[in-house]
Amino acid sequence: MKLVLEKRSEHSEFMTLMSPLLAIALTVLTGAIIFAVQGLNPFEALYVYFIEPLTSMWSLEEVFVKAAPLILIGAGLSVCYMANVWNIGAEGQLTMGAIVGSIVPIVFTSWQSPLALVAMITLGALGGALYAAIPAFLKNRFNANEILTSLMMVYIAQLFLDWVVRGPWKDPKGFNFPQSIAFEGWQLLPTLGDGRVHIGIILAVIVVAILTVLMSRTLKGFEILVIGNSPRAGRFAGFSRKKVVWFCLLLSGGLAGIAGIGEVAGPSGQLQPTISPGYGFTAIIVAFLGRLNPIGVLFAGVMLAITYIGGEAAQIDLGVSDKTAQVFQGILLFFILACDTLILYRIKMLGSTKQQSVAAE
Amino acid sequence: MGDHVSTKGGTAATTDYLLEARGITKMFGDLAANDDVTLKLAPGEIHALLGENGAGKSTLVKIIYGSLQPTAGSLHWLGQEVSIANPAAARNLGIGMVFQHFSLFEALNVVENIALALPKDTDIKDLSQKISDVSKEYGLPLEPTALVADLSVGERQRIEIVRCLLQEPRLLIMDEPTAVLTPQEADQLFLTLERLAKEGCAVLYISHRLDEVKRLCHDATILRMGKVVGQVDPQKETAASLARLMVGADVHAINANREHKPGETLLKLNRLSQDADGPFGVSLVDINLDVKAGEVVAIAGVAGNGQSELFDAISGERTSGTAGAVQIDARDSGLDTITQRRRNGAGFVPEERLGHGAVPGLSLSENIVLTRHSDDAGLSKSGFINRESAIAINERITRDYDVRKGKPDPEARSLSGGNLQKFVVGRELDRKPKVLVINQPTWGVDAGAAALIRQAMIDLALAGSAVLVISQDLDEIFEIADRIAVISRGQLSEAFPAGDLTLEKIGLLMAGAHEKKNPDATGTNEKVSA
Repeated sequence: MKLVLEKRSEHSEFMTLMSPLLAIALTVLTGAIIFAVQGLNPFEALYVYFIEPLTSMWSLEEVFVKAAPLILIGAGLSVCYMANVWNIGAEGQLTMGAIVGSIVPIVFTSWQSPLALVAMITLGALGGALYAAIPAFLKNRFNANEILTSLMMVYIAQLFLDWVVRGPWKDPKGFNFPQSIAFEGWQLLPTLGDGRVHIGIILAVIVVAILTVLMSRTLKGFEILVIGNSPRAGRFAGFSRKKVVWFCLLLSGGLAGIAGIGEVAGPSGQLQPTISPGYGFTAIIVAFLGRLNPIGVLFAGVMLAITYIGGEAAQIDLGVSDKTAQVFQGILLFFILACDTLILYRIKMLGSTKQQSVAAE
Repeated sequence: MGDHVSTKGGTAATTDYLLEARGITKMFGDLAANDDVTLKLAPGEIHALLGENGAGKSTLVKIIYGSLQPTAGSLHWLGQEVSIANPAAARNLGIGMVFQHFSLFEALNVVENIALALPKDTDIKDLSQKISDVSKEYGLPLEPTALVADLSVGERQRIEIVRCLLQEPRLLIMDEPTAVLTPQEADQLFLTLERLAKEGCAVLYISHRLDEVKRLCHDATILRMGKVVGQVDPQKETAASLARLMVGADVHAINANREHKPGETLLKLNRLSQDADGPFGVSLVDINLDVKAGEVVAIAGVAGNGQSELFDAISGERTSGTAGAVQIDARDSGLDTITQRRRNGAGFVPEERLGHGAVPGLSLSENIVLTRHSDDAGLSKSGFINRESAIAINERITRDYDVRKGKPDPEARSLSGGNLQKFVVGRELDRKPKVLVINQPTWGVDAGAAALIRQAMIDLALAGSAVLVISQDLDEIFEIADRIAVISRGQLSEAFPAGDLTLEKIGLLMAGAHEKKNPDATGTNEKVSA
């Protein structure tokens, strides 16, 4: 008996929907095994991880706080990946967006008006987009691999942030802690309900709506789809691959930048050496789990946010390492990519008759 | 025509022949890639297998080498019927094959590469010695410890040959071996093959280079559309007579079945020159051509002589040169994008259906949008796509051009080659373009679909459009073209009226009779590719 992959004549709609669910199921199963090996009760551990975050108002709010940047970035990346443009550096674009957006509260501290907030978000988007423009330029001009350039630039951005908060932008009254002054008034994102959830999540939903229309209704979305599927056919259609590279990197960089300024003007309220628990990287998983579809990204963003909260809860309740959440995210991405094979292929068992003719060699 | 030179399988088995293939038929769906093919190989004979692309040479060879099983017919090895289940079985019989595309690992050295094909317990030191011996004996200089990545194409081919020779083959199959070699390397190879033949090894030599076949081979079997159309002694033939056999003696060199009054020039190429795009591209050199309203002009030529480069230059997928180099409907279009050229009334059908003419993973209606997004007002408005309109156009095209499909709007990749070609051609014809440029319109398409496509092109010309067909299929060209030009190494001959051309003349043009050795030095800076 032998298993082979057989190509389907068309992609399977059913498996397109089933693949992420199958991947989640396999991840949960693998997680249970990992917990069991660590000597924990797997049922209790999985409950703490995936269910408990949904049982209290506080943690539900926290899920939305964390889902907002994941959805913003993930939606941008899904458009990017559709075009076969592999922006892996959203974490760096997020960081640059946060720094550039913070010019308003740190340099023009006294500017207190709704316009100040608009300026911050605009500058945040600009910072992220311009930072993503560097790999776009290198790709179009020198054919440099954007996976490498965008990834390497993450570390530059993070070190730059570190220098900024320890150097020029350090709060003079901050007892020498590496952090900027605390933002105030209109230089913070307005919050919803009783305080933690900010309007970032609303922004994320609006972005998802716009990108859904872009990808399903417009010629630009069609262009992205064609270039991603088949660059040669794209050229035949009169589309420019270089323009698509620019568009995708500027768009996803800009959205990552908005997520970045959303973090510093939202939950943290100031610049710190670390402003993101790896949202830019986790958003890659969000994009794939969401089938590179903006609406799918909405759900995937919430799902991945839960693993963050669950990871924190598990650290406290079960005493497991805080890295467990990252292990889960990695396992999930692994299974999604593996399960996606089934969209274009089906598994077939070769019976023993074929085996004999092979053995005759 | 199409009847066999040899006697049928009823004759008593003789041992004069090393290998006999009797009545081999291989069906792929409805297409007979090999149709009752008979081939006889004697020991010590260099036997040429001649034919155009798609004539069935590769299919026949794959059957002999065991990678395909025939639908009907039998193979006889030394007079005994054999069934060759797979390439390993072929090697056990003593059949070796050198493929056109090598299967070598660049990061490994010569011995390691050869060892991979041999049983696991082979001693590397012994092998190294054997390789040196064999390569010296047959004049195939090869350093066993050299890294494959550092070797030239010719040296890599030597590895493949030595790999075969180590197994002491009695039949060596060479698939287009000189396609990748320099003339000097080719000469060296011929010496080796002659030496092998002298020692009694049979060589089956696949090629469409007639001069080589004349020089090297003792016997030649000629395939055309899956059938044996002749078995000749190449020494007694001329290149022209061999060419005629290859492309078919039944071709009527006249296209008398319709009259046309050519109108104004709708497509004009004016001193079009273009440098090669990369090391494997072909430069276009000073190409001039007029295509008038109401006529079909065909460009003949052997594959890889600049056809796809010419197509890209006319379609605007690659723009270069001057605005006046390409004129579409009296407008200088040389610097226009493909979209502007389409708006100006041109339609294009490239050679590759999947991945160039159509996106495999998109539905047919989305593939309508691919080439028609900017010239049909109904398909896109202020940046938004009208999907209903695309679906309606798709229904019309699939109905008018008989595109058979399993569901109303399937993905392009799920269609068969012929049906997808009808779709890709229909998509352009449906626009009633003033100028249609079409590359290999019926390549790999069954006869029914081919007839439909050819008729549609003639109808378009009759309706007053200019049609330029680039094709390797001379039957097709004589069937539809009013005038014929030939492309060879990026240079285009004058376009002759189809009635004035004979197969011999086309054959000479295909071999480059019209090429200027030194393109004239007035202004344009063409380079002739080697």
